[in-house]
Amino acid sequence: MSDKTILLDHGSGGLASQELISTLFLKHLTSPVLKGLEDSAVLDNQAGRLVFTTDSYVVDPLFFPGGDIGKLAVHGTINDLAMRGGMPLCLSLALILEEGMDLDELERIIMSIAEASEASGVPVVTGDTKVVPRGKGDKVFINTSGIGFVDNAVNLSSTNGRPGDAVILSGTMGDHGITIMTRRAGIGLDGDLRSDTMALHRLVASVLSVHPGAVRTFRDPTRGGVATTLNEIAAACGQTIVLDEQSLPIRSQVRAACEILGLEPLYLANEGKCLAVVDGDRAEQVLAVMKQTEEGKDAVVIGRLEQGKAGRVLITTPIGGSRVVAPLHGQPLPRIC
Amino acid sequence: MKHIDEYRDGELIRPLVAELRQSLTRPVRLMEVCGTHTMAIFRSGIRSILPEAMEIVSGPGCPVCVTSASHMDAFIAMAEIPGVRVAIFGDLFRVPGSSGSLANAAARGAQVEVVYSPMDALELATRHPAELVVFLGVGFETTTPGIAATILAAAKDAVDNFCVFSTQKVIPGPLEALMQDPDLNINALLCPGHVSAIIGAGAYQPFADRGLACVVAGFEPADLLNGLIMLARQIAEGRPKVENLYPRVVSWEGNGRARAMVEEIFEPVDTEWRGLGFIERSGLAIRDKYGRYDALKRLDITIPASAEPKGCLCGEILKGKTIPPHCPLFGSRCTPANPVGPCMVSSEGTCAAYHKYGQET
Repeated sequence: MSDKTILLDHGSGGLASQELISTLFLKHLTSPVLKGLEDSAVLDNQAGRLVFTTDSYVVDPLFFPGGDIGKLAVHGTINDLAMRGGMPLCLSLALILEEGMDLDELERIIMSIAEASEASGVPVVTGDTKVVPRGKGDKVFINTSGIGFVDNAVNLSSTNGRPGDAVILSGTMGDHGITIMTRRAGIGLDGDLRSDTMALHRLVASVLSVHPGAVRTFRDPTRGGVATTLNEIAAACGQTIVLDEQSLPIRSQVRAACEILGLEPLYLANEGKCLAVVDGDRAEQVLAVMKQTEEGKDAVVIGRLEQGKAGRVLITTPIGGSRVVAPLHGQPLPRIC
Repeated sequence: MKHIDEYRDGELIRPLVAELRQSLTRPVRLMEVCGTHTMAIFRSGIRSILPEAMEIVSGPGCPVCVTSASHMDAFIAMAEIPGVRVAIFGDLFRVPGSSGSLANAAARGAQVEVVYSPMDALELATRHPAELVVFLGVGFETTTPGIAATILAAAKDAVDNFCVFSTQKVIPGPLEALMQDPDLNINALLCPGHVSAIIGAGAYQPFADRGLACVVAGFEPADLLNGLIMLARQIAEGRPKVENLYPRVVSWEGNGRARAMVEEIFEPVDTEWRGLGFIERSGLAIRDKYGRYDALKRLDITIPASAEPKGCLCGEILKGKTIPPHCPLFGSRCTPANPVGPCMVSSEGTCAAYHKYGQET
């Protein structure tokens, strides 16, 4: 393609669209099902129940340490399927591009999507592209939908939690949120802040294959962070969740950045972590399985479900005190002084 | 992390809880002056283990909270002037004025940018040469030196499309006014950490001379517990004085260089505090010499005499006369998602602290 930016023509459905698809998208996205460029993908029927989800991605900046909007679009949708115990089968990919977007930038995103999809073993099998006039979008918006299968024996839901259950977090918290916030604000903080974007379906599969009955639910604490997701779980199962503040896994560079900006890691987004509510008696075994996976090597038990006021999350502080952990209200904003 | 971990280590600090109980032989009713202390005390769980003989009252030390409705309305009016881009600290974005907030103004098309330092606002001005960038100065001694330095930098680089709307305030005067209120009945002050880095621990000597126990403390659980222990001991021994528990940041004299820079740019003026009314020489205005950087001189803005939101008890809460759960709006009409008063918005606000961290009783 001679022109190095996106033109309205690229979304017209005509020759320019075809050229963009064949020279850029199909160069990197290689599923045989996608290659036919049919109106929809025909998938082989498999036994079991279907899981189906969709999510849109509108992140600024598009590229950040540890990932980019493309990786988020693949991992985010895979993780939503995985949290219900689903084995992801395939993804759709819809792009809304802004006229004038740099084609090299688009290609980097498509390559990143291809890489994430291949590494996860979840192909993109159908897609769509539209172009909006300059100023009517913000470079690129992505929507991915995903389909997966879930075994008949698997029944994961936040309503399943009961007193005595343990809460496991699969790794450190806040890495993605703090990386995006510091980049967006142009705060030049030294130190290795990186997004944790990662697909979690293999971690989930490992746990479910060894201890199928031990897990009540998986949830991924994305926007709103661990605090908000735990509040949702506590409300859904009608229990109180009590966290141990000293057990919370937080990288020292994330903690340092939070100290400077007056933010709490409990409220920052994660893109490669899950919370597991598991039978308290089998928590150590589930934890051991998780820790053997690359995705869950830093997993720890961070709290327990207890009988108490429904929907309440408490935290035991290092001094032995206690306070409420409320869900996030509004945007996390840094303080004045 | 050095200077953090050792002040949060449960093994090291749990014995302090027992020590606090032992030290507390006479009742202590203390005011924590600083909003960051308010939050830190909740966050550490200290309120849940506090002995009955010790009562903690929150003071007027949240800069957004003491910003009057009149100033908020002037901010919003300024943001809506064509060609003006206002730069603010994040806390201010959702504070309601008489009708709506800066967030509402932004949704109507006003240019409102959240910055992390006044220097970022100056940089905005160089990036948008066709606009006038106005930094809305809301803060105490901690933020004033940064604003003074920014104005000096703007003057040095001859940046002409930048100015400051100063509602900067100073802490000791209003504290003095508050302490003279017989209803408050405070016998100890937990003095702010960051403000004291500038004004020095010595600034509280007049309070100690009048019989108030004073301890300057940091923000970690160990800092806070040690601060409470020292206040309890001063009261028990009947020997009020100023003790500085935060020498890693605060000196007796404070930061003379920062104060000299503030003195160069600003002069004291009477200003309005939410809940406390007008207090003499408690605000800072930009001197005529730097009038080019004073938004009030550059733009045609008058500060209206706006009424505080109806039913909102922020004023009484800022004076330590009541606590948020006693406000009829608290948690019902006034929540962090839909705030009526500023104390529910700011991350340092007393109402936000009570709402976020609650209290297990």
